[in-house]
Amino acid sequence: MLSAILTKTFYTFISLMVILNYALLLIGSMARIRAKVQGRVGQPVWQPYIDIIKNYGKRTAVTHGVMFYLGPVFRLAGGLGTYLFMPVVYGFVMFENFSFSGDLLLVMYFIFFGQLGMALGAGESGHPYSPLGVSRGLAQMTAFELPFALAVISIVAQYGTLSITEIVAAQQGGWQNWVAFTNPFAMIAGMLAFLGMSMQNPFSVVIAPQEIPIGPPTEMHSAFLGMLQTNRAIFNGAKMVLFMNLFWGGATHKYLLVAILIMVVKTFLIYLYVNIVGASFPRFKTEQSIRFFLGVPTIIGIIAVILQSI
Amino acid sequence: MEKDMERRLYADTGAPEGSPVVNPDPRTLGDSSNIQLFNEQLKLLNSGLTEEDRLNFCDTPPEVIKPFRGHWENFLNWARSESLWILGFGTGCGAIELRPLMTSRFDMYQYGIQPRPTPRQSSIFVIGGYASVKTMKRIVRSYEQMQGPKFVLGLGSCTINGGMYYDSYNTVNRLDHYIPVDVYIAGCMPRPEALLAGLMELKTIIKEGRGEGANKYAENFEWYKANQKRIIKDWNMPDYNW
Repeated sequence: MLSAILTKTFYTFISLMVILNYALLLIGSMARIRAKVQGRVGQPVWQPYIDIIKNYGKRTAVTHGVMFYLGPVFRLAGGLGTYLFMPVVYGFVMFENFSFSGDLLLVMYFIFFGQLGMALGAGESGHPYSPLGVSRGLAQMTAFELPFALAVISIVAQYGTLSITEIVAAQQGGWQNWVAFTNPFAMIAGMLAFLGMSMQNPFSVVIAPQEIPIGPPTEMHSAFLGMLQTNRAIFNGAKMVLFMNLFWGGATHKYLLVAILIMVVKTFLIYLYVNIVGASFPRFKTEQSIRFFLGVPTIIGIIAVILQSI
Repeated sequence: MEKDMERRLYADTGAPEGSPVVNPDPRTLGDSSNIQLFNEQLKLLNSGLTEEDRLNFCDTPPEVIKPFRGHWENFLNWARSESLWILGFGTGCGAIELRPLMTSRFDMYQYGIQPRPTPRQSSIFVIGGYASVKTMKRIVRSYEQMQGPKFVLGLGSCTINGGMYYDSYNTVNRLDHYIPVDVYIAGCMPRPEALLAGLMELKTIIKEGRGEGANKYAENFEWYKANQKRIIKDWNMPDYNW
């Protein structure tokens, strides 16, 4: 029993380290790609590491109360929860994490959870811009959850399961079995919702430095900010893995390293798509993004659900 | 000889040792005995605030935080120097030089330097040229809200000796009498290349462990406060802005 727990702990640690480092490098390389689009050289790929070390290495920090401490903790719990309840690489014990039969619902809840925890922490900081950013973020999130939820409902109806592992298993046997091709409307609704979820342009009004200084984390600094940056990497990685699992057939191969490589390629392309959209379109106002998500993506999501139920 | 001269210059001003040698600001030479900062418990008086407001603010002065020793501090200093976040607050006309620095021509991101919209998250404060008394109030407030270790870069001749505003009635002549300055960049205006050279110089200073402005501020807190209060007449903020 003990050895099973220790083995699971070790596997979880490995899995976490892989996603943390991969996502940090991915964030760094995407920043560099965006810089190339703007005609700049761009920051080094490893810059996110240095920023995190710098923030953890600050000598002073100011607290505003218990919730201010707990805000980044909740945010990190949201990121970890999203990541740890789904398989990263299908078919390997080391990377299946704590996935179980109803994990899809739990993961959807965890995507919300971090934001709500952060809202409480940011609220206690007392800075007027923090709740302003939070209200914008929650409004936008409520809007993109609708097409995302419809896409998920459509997939659940398609395969008759709430388990991410089973959804990935059902997509094996070639690219023609991926949800992206068997249920394209769900894929389109989900991928449009993903744009809002990743908070890049045009849906970056929540944390845009030029709008209201950086939004919810305005007062977060030193180790608080370091923790948020760590979470940003894990949460981004988790969301990309989730979308890869739901729509793009997951990642699997008889060799572990090849399977990880497939995961890397697929998630890289998913993040690249977000960045291409981000580099091409200007920023929406909050009401514009709400109107956008409740328009075409929601209609596509409803079509996806109707097509699966008839 | 040089040391002697430095000592003679600072004998008048009481400036912390190691401050750059430039003309002293005549306004900092006055009597500071009538400026009282602390009560008997060595807590800040916050005399600029109303009774009601005083309860909402901190009355603890800044403390000196000793750096770690050896390789760990060297490693942290390396990270600090390679991740310089500029407080995005245009304090003077020199702030215009930051725009070409951010964009494709000079691209400061490649050196690990980027703007940050809030003092809480920033590590370097660029004073972009002349500092009027009114701006000085905001500079002090923003500087104190930054978390240590923090660095200050004085951009342009105005921050060194007042520049073309040397005899103006409301412009500060010498910046490091009010907040500790790590690097000065001379010129009116210095081009972005000069600013980049200054930032590289700051990186060297941080890596060598000499970027201890925050500790210097804490050590000489009373001196800095006396200077600040002597020019900022409508002091309606706490004595130390956390």
